[in-house]
Amino acid sequence: MANINLASEGGVVNSAPQSDSHEFDASQTRTQGQLVLRRFLRHRLAMVSLGVFVFLVLFAFVGPFIWTFDFEDVSSKSYQPMSGTHPLGTTQVGKDMLALLMRGTGYSLQIALIVAALATAIGVTFGALAGYLRGFVDTTLMRLVDLLLIIPQIAVAAIVVKGFSGSWYVVALVLAAFAWMQIARITRGETLSLAQREFIEAARACGASTSRIIFKHLVPNMIGSITVNATLAIASAVLTEAALSFLGLGVQPPDTSLGVIVLENYGQFLNRPWLFWGPFIVLVSLSLAVNFIGDGLRDAFDPRQTKVRA
Amino acid sequence: MIRYIIRRLLISIPILLIGSFACYVLVATAGNPLAEMRFRPGVTEADIKAAEISLGLDKPVIVRYWNWLTDFLSGDWGQSIALGQAKTAVFPAVTDALWTTGRLVIGAELLALTLGVSVGVLAAVRQYSIFDYLATSTAFLMFSMPIFCVAVIVKNYGIQFNNVLESMGLDRWLTTAGPRPGGFSGSFGEVIFKYTGTFLLPTVALMLISFAAYSRFERASMLEILHSDFVRTARAKGISQGRVIFKHAFRNALIPVATLFSLNFGAVLSGAIITETVFGWAGMGTLLVNSVRQFDPPMLMGWLAVTATLIVLFNLFADIVYGFLDPRIRLG
Repeated sequence: MANINLASEGGVVNSAPQSDSHEFDASQTRTQGQLVLRRFLRHRLAMVSLGVFVFLVLFAFVGPFIWTFDFEDVSSKSYQPMSGTHPLGTTQVGKDMLALLMRGTGYSLQIALIVAALATAIGVTFGALAGYLRGFVDTTLMRLVDLLLIIPQIAVAAIVVKGFSGSWYVVALVLAAFAWMQIARITRGETLSLAQREFIEAARACGASTSRIIFKHLVPNMIGSITVNATLAIASAVLTEAALSFLGLGVQPPDTSLGVIVLENYGQFLNRPWLFWGPFIVLVSLSLAVNFIGDGLRDAFDPRQTKVRA
Repeated sequence: MIRYIIRRLLISIPILLIGSFACYVLVATAGNPLAEMRFRPGVTEADIKAAEISLGLDKPVIVRYWNWLTDFLSGDWGQSIALGQAKTAVFPAVTDALWTTGRLVIGAELLALTLGVSVGVLAAVRQYSIFDYLATSTAFLMFSMPIFCVAVIVKNYGIQFNNVLESMGLDRWLTTAGPRPGGFSGSFGEVIFKYTGTFLLPTVALMLISFAAYSRFERASMLEILHSDFVRTARAKGISQGRVIFKHAFRNALIPVATLFSLNFGAVLSGAIITETVFGWAGMGTLLVNSVRQFDPPMLMGWLAVTATLIVLFNLFADIVYGFLDPRIRLG
């Protein structure tokens, strides 16, 4: 620090940069990715949320191997209160609530992650194609977006689940079919401005194919907003799936999910409140954690971000 | 402006047509409304065949769609064909449901907008104050909340409140199972009392959700404007704080929220589904859930068509409001 100060004050001694210095120069040695990672790691709320999220993932996918009860085991007595053997009590048919919650969280997570991954893949591809090719492709794809926006997602999901199948992956596919439009719009907007830049022109002059330009040149430049919106898509998928299942029009038995668990137990709100508050707390902490991670990522990717020093 | 509106309406016609066709194909392939007939005792193959012909199910989908469309446009929305139910006409069923939902949603949305905008402005003006932190974190929490859990919690505390009233020897006030049919009677004070009792809980549940979005949005747009150059100029000219905030900043910060409101309103009108289900209101949401459960294609198509049209209209409304509030935007 002292050397830099001297130099900046126009000191005679150190006017030339020191070549033999072992000092760490922050401005040159970090790549964009490292900067983003550093900013994210210093975002306290996002790190706490990441911890909660990791805990919930372990709870859902490792928990069932450790916990003594199976979620389909109905051998326990009906409606037992909270106790050592059943920390969250049992349901009407005698299932252990903790085991049920683990499995429900697992299904909810699986659905949300598939929805987010599919929605991001479709949205980015369509958005970038529309923004890069313009013209006919753009008009067609954006009309498709308009079309999907006027059809209520919850109605279509309900009809598909009722008519075809209520497996968890069917629910995930339907939700994904209605979740990609937001990402497509954002990607298209960014592509429209990026495609005018010189490096894209240079790539085209070198004879790069459309898919190469999109996936090697455009997408890496939009990775910030793509990541943030993918994260937010997880959060909204968790809530949409839960809402659908709560109406009885989402995931059907034998599969389960947090929404199904709330649906089956909310009638006990006044008499056995833990049966409601258990799944409620898991659901809210999952959704809050993902939203906070998204916020942290947004701050980390934003170059104007000054709150956290990088 | 008129030309713009006409052009937009013309563009939405093919979108609505394609949308309704897609929905029709989906509904037609998703299930056979007569499937249950097979399991009934005393029903022969000939009966099923006759029912199929009377419903036109023996024709190809495209012909059926065309028949449905021409009937629909000429005002004949068909009849519900759910088995074991009294045959009801689709048109009155959908309009009744829309009226029920409208009564509930309009009040709740307007209240949420007023409250959300006020809180958002206050939070932006007093940025980083305790009020701001409270408002921002509340909004964030509500934003991440599953709607049905909010509704369930509000409903059950309403029930407990009623129980407290009863234990004090009073009548139950809050309604948790839908509006009473036939309206309200009694003196003016009694009507007001019953009216608020009926509407309070679902309104609160709906409001809490919308409020979060409005206050977050208003705070963000207000902050952006408070930091812009023209606001600094206004301050430098010596204009009072109140005038700067209300005449300069607030009016501009309202533009994006007005757009969000009209977009949101279309969506909420068609689907306060969860609130209606939890509180037992026979509105659009309940109609959808029941038609899906009983698998009733005519009712589903009526519902989808009305909803899609409403969303198109409110999207158009949003753009018009936008052009109206912001003279820099020229529609056309």
